Amino acid sequence: MHDKEDGGPSLVSTRTMDIVVALLLLVVSAIVITDSTRLGFRWREIEGPASGYFPFYIGLMIAISSVVNLVRAIRSGERNKTFVTKQAFRQVLAVLIPLCFYVLVVGWIGIYVASAIYIALFMWYFGRYPLLKGAAIGIAVSAVLFAMFEIWFLVPLPKGPIEDFFGF
Amino acid sequence: MNGFYVVFSPFNFMLMVVGILLGVIIGVLPGLGGANGVAILLPLTFSMSPTSAIIMLSCIYWGALFGGAITSILFNIPGEPWSVATTFDGHPMAQKGKADEALTGAFTSSFVGAIVAVIMITFLAPLVAKFALKFGPAEFFAVQFLTFASFIGMGKGSAFKTLASMSLGFALASVGLDTVTGQLRMTFGITELLTGFKFLTAVIGLFGIGEILASMESGLAFSGAHAKLRLNAVLETWKKMPAYYVTFIRSCIVGCWMGVTPGGATPASFMSYGLAKRFSKNGDRFGKGELEGVIAPETAAHAAGTSALLPMLTLGIPGSPTAAVLLGGLLIWGLQPGPLLFIEQPDFVWGLIASMYLGNLVGLVIVLTCVPLFAAILRVPFSIIAPIIMVICAVGAYTINNAMFDVWMMVGFGVIAYAFNKLSYPLPPFVLALVLGDMAESSFRQAMLLSQGSVTIFWSNGLVGFIMTLGLVLLLWPMISWVLDKVRAPKPA
Repeated sequence: MHDKEDGGPSLVSTRTMDIVVALLLLVVSAIVITDSTRLGFRWREIEGPASGYFPFYIGLMIAISSVVNLVRAIRSGERNKTFVTKQAFRQVLAVLIPLCFYVLVVGWIGIYVASAIYIALFMWYFGRYPLLKGAAIGIAVSAVLFAMFEIWFLVPLPKGPIEDFFGF
Repeated sequence: MNGFYVVFSPFNFMLMVVGILLGVIIGVLPGLGGANGVAILLPLTFSMSPTSAIIMLSCIYWGALFGGAITSILFNIPGEPWSVATTFDGHPMAQKGKADEALTGAFTSSFVGAIVAVIMITFLAPLVAKFALKFGPAEFFAVQFLTFASFIGMGKGSAFKTLASMSLGFALASVGLDTVTGQLRMTFGITELLTGFKFLTAVIGLFGIGEILASMESGLAFSGAHAKLRLNAVLETWKKMPAYYVTFIRSCIVGCWMGVTPGGATPASFMSYGLAKRFSKNGDRFGKGELEGVIAPETAAHAAGTSALLPMLTLGIPGSPTAAVLLGGLLIWGLQPGPLLFIEQPDFVWGLIASMYLGNLVGLVIVLTCVPLFAAILRVPFSIIAPIIMVICAVGAYTINNAMFDVWMMVGFGVIAYAFNKLSYPLPPFVLALVLGDMAESSFRQAMLLSQGSVTIFWSNGLVGFIMTLGLVLLLWPMISWVLDKVRAPKPA
């Protein structure tokens, strides 16, 4: 995604983040406008407004509003207003990084096993629950999901070797 | 009436209750929408008589409409697209410890919306159906424009941040296969982008994951956990609701109208929320947990969801995706929708209409008795509920397209929501643009094709002209009211 955080160890000020986001949106608008000009944004016989017509003006709107936001952010004196403190950012990362791992692992071992493990570890790490209790809740949630999706509604979710072993 | 007699058979009544319970489950799970749910369960009903089958399926639909509100209010995760607008005030209410009040408000207004729509179907069916036929691309665009105008006009905060957020939504909506010309837009060779950004993926990420990230940052406290269990919450809330009768009436009109002209429940809920915010005395407190901000979108969503069945029955034009699936069912059972259906299959039609009344009533009773139970979920400690919410979000995102790509997208949207919230870029315009972007664009282009590029098509007849003008007035309302204020109060008091 184009919205990666500026994950420096120091505190980030709101002004800096405002500038970063405005710049990122300018990049997005550049992408949108470039692709729209490739598709054409004028009137075409038979087709009417060409495929790029709508995105082109949307891209322009993003660009204009981002420039204004950028200038406002640069001029603003909110240098001291913190976007996020070091500690808070660590908390957020502590959720975000395992979440990414979880999504990654779902692709390998299936969503049911991965979910059970994820819930157990989350409860253990953040809630100081014993691992056993976490595992119990994790397995229960996965079992309910399994019953609901695979058995009742017949919606297949990603499965891994363990489900294979039991013949699902 | 004969219809009620049909429904009151014990077997049909049981199907009704089962259908509603299944529907609530489907509505609660993000990613499993009413349309999916009905489609999945359609084969089950082939062995039943068409009347029993339609009763069960439509009750699943009512259940899903009710269920969508539950997760929106409790966890800020809309289970269904039409409950996105419910999160705006419903979730803040839950954070203030008033989850039971918000739930009761949502369920009751859903019921009111649905019943008003059913009454309209009962008495005005043929008349209203004709109206829907008048809708062409220009009219569709006008309606979508009106939805926007009613919602955007007076955002608080920086206008340019609102504009940036909204345009980004539009830009993401236009990614993928262009439905008019078949060209690929902004996919850059990535196959997964072919179908574009799915609205539900975005919503689950923006609201669900974003919410968890925000609560993690503020130190593990899932606000709202201190909700007290009040057993009389339902009655307490009911006492407050009659005061909002104007909101009810307005939302019912918006909902019925949007349902009949296949605008759908989602735009209806946004439009109704926007209008309520604009015309309410407490408009500036919207978004911080106003009961009225829950009533407006829920009433409209249900009125629209219910009246969407009307064009399906009378004309064979489905007014919503779920109605489209039900239409498929009708054809499979050998029933031909259209005006003749009312004459040839009176048992079926009136059975269906009677099940709408009873189904909603039964649904209301079921969900209301569960209000304390739902509210109690918030008392589960954050470190248990948070990972479970994450898992449910992931499942929801996956089921939309059966693709892991969407799950990654969801995580990305969660990060966007986190940054946008902190920098006060408003999210609702972004979401609305993402929902309506595609539809608005293609109806605009079709209209342009019809008129050979002349904008006058939007004022070519009374109907479309009226809608467009109304939209423009709403869009420019902040400016108009500013001028009015200047004119009215020139002298200091």
